[in-house]
Amino acid sequence: MSTAALTDLFDVESELAPHERETRDTVRAFVDVEIRPHIARWFADAYFPREIVPAMAGLGLLGMHLEGYGCAGRSAVEYGLAMQEIEAGDSGLRTFVSVQGSLAMTAIAKNGSEEQRQRWLPGMAAGEIIGCFGLTEPTAGSDPGTMATTAVLTGGEWVLNGAKRWIGLASIADVAVIWAKALSDDGTPQVRGFLVPTATPGFTATPIEPKLSMRASIQCDIELTDVRLPEDAILPHNPGLRGPFACLNEARYGIVWGALGAARDSLEAALAYSAERLQFGKPLAAYQLTQEKLANMALAVAQAQLVALRLGRLKDEGRLDRHMISAGKLNSCRVAIEVARQARTILGGNGITLDHSPLRHANNLESVRTYEGTDEVHTLVLGQHLTGIAAFR
Amino acid sequence: MRIVVTVKYVPDIASDRGFQDCRVVRTPAEGTINELDENAIEAALQLVEAAGEGEVVAVSVAGPDGAVALRKAFQMGAHRGVLVSDDALAGSDYFGTAAALAATVERLNADAPVDLVITGMAALDGLGSVVPTLLAAHLGWPALNLAKKVALADGAVTITREADDVTEELSARLPLVLSVADTANKPRLPNFKLIMAARTKEYETWSAADLALKPDAVGQAGARTETLSAAPRPPRDEVELVTDKGEGGKALAAFLIRNDLV
Repeated sequence: MSTAALTDLFDVESELAPHERETRDTVRAFVDVEIRPHIARWFADAYFPREIVPAMAGLGLLGMHLEGYGCAGRSAVEYGLAMQEIEAGDSGLRTFVSVQGSLAMTAIAKNGSEEQRQRWLPGMAAGEIIGCFGLTEPTAGSDPGTMATTAVLTGGEWVLNGAKRWIGLASIADVAVIWAKALSDDGTPQVRGFLVPTATPGFTATPIEPKLSMRASIQCDIELTDVRLPEDAILPHNPGLRGPFACLNEARYGIVWGALGAARDSLEAALAYSAERLQFGKPLAAYQLTQEKLANMALAVAQAQLVALRLGRLKDEGRLDRHMISAGKLNSCRVAIEVARQARTILGGNGITLDHSPLRHANNLESVRTYEGTDEVHTLVLGQHLTGIAAFR
Repeated sequence: MRIVVTVKYVPDIASDRGFQDCRVVRTPAEGTINELDENAIEAALQLVEAAGEGEVVAVSVAGPDGAVALRKAFQMGAHRGVLVSDDALAGSDYFGTAAALAATVERLNADAPVDLVITGMAALDGLGSVVPTLLAAHLGWPALNLAKKVALADGAVTITREADDVTEELSARLPLVLSVADTANKPRLPNFKLIMAARTKEYETWSAADLALKPDAVGQAGARTETLSAAPRPPRDEVELVTDKGEGGKALAAFLIRNDLV
């Protein structure tokens, strides 16, 4: 029996349709060939492998849940399965797929005009245009409503000023979706999205370094100084925070699955190592303490995978509520980081090297549990759902 | 450019293999395309893409489960699929399989000329590697086998093949039968759109009668070899673990010599 079959405690495999398994297997094969052999070096060198983007696009990974415009138009479950496999390779590379597809492309697909979709989405699906998504600011993280970036319409041009932080891919992006406060018709400030070609004068993106997490992907500071854009650079639909939040919910859904890929890979690494590593004349796997760790990890991952699949089926039926996404993102991140750390303990001292994946995953998951809503924020979303009381403030 | 690619449905080499009456027990969930045939599909797709036009027709001689192999070919990009399936074909050996494939190629060729038949280097369940040559003999076409590199120009295929310490270049004019080595290319991964399209893409099913195959040429009746026994090999012996206390190299050398591995 393969390791994957061993750790699928509840035969979740049989819940998947053949095309869902094939989609997953394709991405798994891609990760085995294109990511696994290189990821330790990329992580060590803090290198984002832009050279694999065309192959990702060739599979249909970029904007795979979107319909039309060269996108693959796949279901939520298929998208989730793909994210799980990519993140079994590395969270940083899954982050790239999320930023490109779930954030930047989704922002244009949900909030953009038909002209904007036609102009940007096909190239982004093909991986020829890289996008990024600028919401978080140096002083506005969990509370994006306090953002200080402004957009002012003067003389038929939008002028953007402000700063963004922790923006994935910004330094290599061709286009940035920038959220800024603009005056609405009634004179009140309202969050609006803008499409900013990164070559526009006044736009500067600087990678944030050095990092102890997500080293195979890029996160940046963005400075916006008198960035002048044509009047049609604004995303016309869904003014207010629901615009970016709808995108964040797509990315969060991807994380529900993705984090479990990192967890599964950590478990499999520990399981394999425990069978080979001899101490006191027998394999680690023969010790009760190791077996307890393995059993607990496998149980946690399998339970969380059932949750992810349930959420995916609900999403495909259009019945996924906001609190469910929060519950899933919180649960998957909690499980994944705990499993990755526990897996490291089975690897002993060798587990702190880049020869093994669990500590790399655990370090990456520090970011995953923080972005797209921290553990704390998602806990409070659930608290609000249960009590009816918003305790964010 | 019209290319026929032969694809075989085989038990997944990662799964447990069972035998009944000296035949492999095939379970649909565990079977898959012969992995080496993916190199043949890739080679065909590359030639058609380079030509800018053409068709890749995947052909499988198999039971109904052979559709699994055709679907894999569709996922990679094959344009058409033919499943040659008939109880009369059960138990075919290399000769019967080659006869059925030849009749299929001839029928396709009668509709529109076939330029090339491409096969993998072997089937992982049979490991005979003779079907391409037998097929070429049936068709009266040249055979170029075990190509590592394939080049098509001016109506002829030139291949590079490597054997031990020799590198050969061989050439033959179309139409011909070509088998490609597993080093010839890197089979593409199916993309999501083709995976979805392959779910519902229809293939044709042809019977022995459709191909006017003589009953004594195929199946058990036409088989010229007989399998006397087939059984799973016992699992490998226990792994021998040697703790290196400065003598590890000698222990390894002794193991290799003892097992005739050097």
